[in-house]
Amino acid sequence: MTVTSIDRRTLLRGAAISGGTAALAGWFPAWAQPVSAGIVRPLPTVSGTEIALRIAHQMITVDGRESHGIGINGTIPAPLVRLREGTNVRLSVVNDLDEDSSIHWHGLLVPFHMDGVPGVSFPGIKPRSTFTYEFPIVQAGTYWYHSHSGLQEQMGHYGPIVIDPAGPDPIRSDREHVIVLSDHSPLHPHLIFRKLKQQGGYFNYRKQTLAGLIRGQDQPASERTAWGRMRMDPTDISDVTGSTYTYLVNGHGPRDNWTALFSPGERVRLRFVNASAMTTFNVRIPGLKLTIVQADGLNVRPVAVDEFQIAIAETYDVIIEPTEDRAYTLIGEAIDRSGLARATLAPRAGMATEMPALRKRPLATMTDMGMGGMDHGAMGAQPAGDDACPPEHAEMGHCTPTNAATGQGGTAMKHSMRDMSLAPTVKDTPTVQSISPMPIDRTGEPGQGLADVGHRVLVYRDLMAVERNPDLRAPDRAMEIHLTGNMERYMWAFDGEKLSEVKAPIPFTKDERVRVTLVNDTMMGHPIHLHGHFFELVTGHGEYAPRKHTVQVQPGGKVTFDVTTDAVGDWAFHCHMLYHMHAGMMQVVTVRPRTGDAA
Amino acid sequence: MKPLLLLSAAVLAIAATPAAAQMDHSAHDMSAHADHSKQPDAQSASPLAPADPHAGHDMTAQPPAAADPHAGHDMSAMQPAAGEAMPGHGDGGTALPAGNAPAPAAPDPNYADSVWGAEAMTGSRTALRKEHGGGSFSQVMIDLAEYQIRGGKDGFRWSGEAWFGGDINRLVVKTEGEGAFGDGVEDAEVQALYSRAIGPYFNLQAGVRQDIGPGPSRTHAAIGFEGLAPYWFEVEGALFLSDKGDLFARLEGNYDQRITQRLILQPRAEFNFALQDVPTSGVGSGLSDVELGLRLRYEIVREFAPYIGVSWDRRVGGTARYARLAGEDVENTSFVVGVRAWF
Repeated sequence: MTVTSIDRRTLLRGAAISGGTAALAGWFPAWAQPVSAGIVRPLPTVSGTEIALRIAHQMITVDGRESHGIGINGTIPAPLVRLREGTNVRLSVVNDLDEDSSIHWHGLLVPFHMDGVPGVSFPGIKPRSTFTYEFPIVQAGTYWYHSHSGLQEQMGHYGPIVIDPAGPDPIRSDREHVIVLSDHSPLHPHLIFRKLKQQGGYFNYRKQTLAGLIRGQDQPASERTAWGRMRMDPTDISDVTGSTYTYLVNGHGPRDNWTALFSPGERVRLRFVNASAMTTFNVRIPGLKLTIVQADGLNVRPVAVDEFQIAIAETYDVIIEPTEDRAYTLIGEAIDRSGLARATLAPRAGMATEMPALRKRPLATMTDMGMGGMDHGAMGAQPAGDDACPPEHAEMGHCTPTNAATGQGGTAMKHSMRDMSLAPTVKDTPTVQSISPMPIDRTGEPGQGLADVGHRVLVYRDLMAVERNPDLRAPDRAMEIHLTGNMERYMWAFDGEKLSEVKAPIPFTKDERVRVTLVNDTMMGHPIHLHGHFFELVTGHGEYAPRKHTVQVQPGGKVTFDVTTDAVGDWAFHCHMLYHMHAGMMQVVTVRPRTGDAA
Repeated sequence: MKPLLLLSAAVLAIAATPAAAQMDHSAHDMSAHADHSKQPDAQSASPLAPADPHAGHDMTAQPPAAADPHAGHDMSAMQPAAGEAMPGHGDGGTALPAGNAPAPAAPDPNYADSVWGAEAMTGSRTALRKEHGGGSFSQVMIDLAEYQIRGGKDGFRWSGEAWFGGDINRLVVKTEGEGAFGDGVEDAEVQALYSRAIGPYFNLQAGVRQDIGPGPSRTHAAIGFEGLAPYWFEVEGALFLSDKGDLFARLEGNYDQRITQRLILQPRAEFNFALQDVPTSGVGSGLSDVELGLRLRYEIVREFAPYIGVSWDRRVGGTARYARLAGEDVENTSFVVGVRAWF
């Protein structure tokens, strides 16, 4: 609340108004107008201020094509909600739909009954009714909000939240832009889900083909046979792809070319939110270093990278320092490389660089199938780039250039892909297509398809909290949760049981400290989100573990976190891939007062 | 201050090695390693002061450090086990091993009742479970709908299946049949089956089969399986017990060979067996007939794919003898043109 910062913001607002008048299209909030000079704060940040939000059907125009969506206050994405730490906020939400709706404040620590998950924290917002959320703002950083009802999130019911710290922001910047990445389809989300149930690979138009084999692309024949025997498709990177999705930056398609302005020499803060239903993005700005300064709303020690993977529902704040008087292209490439989100950073409106080309699509590896522990010794010892041994395989230690398909692959084939004895806590159901035979901690690896991109990519182990973790106790206990799925039936669940089937929630006692290991028994990454809590990733940083609300568990890998269950109530816990959650990959976490405490 | 000393040593050690060349964020706030709360002045220093261009955090209270002990954080090769931390990151928190305290008993997940009332919550709680894994769906698949060009009268053939229900339990309706133009339907059947998922890939199916058409109008009890076999073979098998007490069996399979993303070559095979001679139906015991087909389809969209192909079938054993006695062909080869469609 310093005079300096207010002055700076006033200046920015003035700049935004002069730069933004050219674009007054009604469907986008001011901060996401096609030419943006920086954030215009559409909402007051005064303590006690009521914020009015209205959920309603509307049209959205992407790359010149109009389709139906659900937005808030007439915009997709929903308006930026800008709050200030240490204040109380009242948000009255009108549901103008003919169905129930809700808003979940993703990453915000709120009383459980304000968390916005129908059937867990509250009854939901009935059609044509108003619900008022009220809670204190106890944190700062970049977050977001979205519907937790049905599949409304896919239709545009999502928006960013920025909370300014109570004091000066330790992250200095001259200007900032919010970058909301998302995916948009003209198909109704219920139809998308139905197609996936009817044919799991419906949206995958990048499968391996005979023509590809003849051209020498992708896996050699022996490897294809081995994978076929296991009924595993290495091209199954994303369930829903660019065959139906257009990837958006702040509601704009790649041809819309949303532009963010900067002056050369400025420190520009980009607040990334991945508000996609189903898309993991790999983000880069060729020509600029990206200094990661915040993850999931909490400050981390600066890490300069060339590219980072942002899982669904994660947020990253990035500092860039463009010094040249030229345009830069911001690329959010879908993980399966079937399309990209694109924006331009430029000193003036109307500048654009050429549309970047898509890189070669990755193939899943043996490590992605949960066999990472088998050939670990070879990791790092492989020369990448051999023709017979694709770099993405070699880097993982999956093959050696001389026996790419037969040697290591042959050993792998001896493992059962569904040995239930390896996961005694997993129920043996049709939901479980495979059990990872030897899953490994992959938090030191770049995300899927990024091992061979030739520049520095953020890995989870790079992240380290600026502030010492608030709870330094040893975990009282440890538990394991398996991420299970079946691509053929399009079923997804924790521990083999869909939410529709589970008999009991995952129980915690208040202020317990628990070490949770998530084991990915599927060949797809899952962004796992725990409501109401931050957890500390166990990645070798001791008392400075990065604290997150959502963590990507790489295919066939595992992630361990410690959590202090300090928020009494019932909380949702789920995969943030919308259709995985809808298919059943969700659970309820209960946190109850200790015996003897008042309930 | 001991950790700080260790850090300083580490800084020197790393700065002296080629590893320093890989550092790309050199000026971390080192004091935070020791104790973040010891540097309140950093907060009040001018946030606009130009500091290290690489660091996003305010480090004005911190003399520019030569190196960072975790420079590059390239620790992929280290992979410390859970419960260990790198030096200087503190011995507590995530560095500590977990105990083995028991988990609490699972309560009813109804805490929201205390705020909103049980009545208000009940409906949404039921909906929550139904919406997350409890949905019902359907698919109607016309696998074959084709014109058969062959010696003698040209024929037609269809084969399709529909399912309705959830992930585990479904109602399945199957139908197939064939005939010749001018003669009408020669052979056709409809099955209504309860289908249950018994594993990740296979369904067990049981129900009734009704034969329709000019032949004996038999009703059968049916039990079988359907699913995806290793190497991506779609397979299906069933036993049929007729209302006359005759037992039959059928085994079918097909495979989709993608030539391109939309051009797909599908070989398929079907074998029929009988446990006994059934002269009224012209079926001899043992393997009664074999059918092989090869169809090339083009998926204009996934749901609609015209195809061309060839289909060969042959009656064998006793069934072939019955056919010869009746003056019918034992073997048929057809060129086929058709459409595969589903919704």
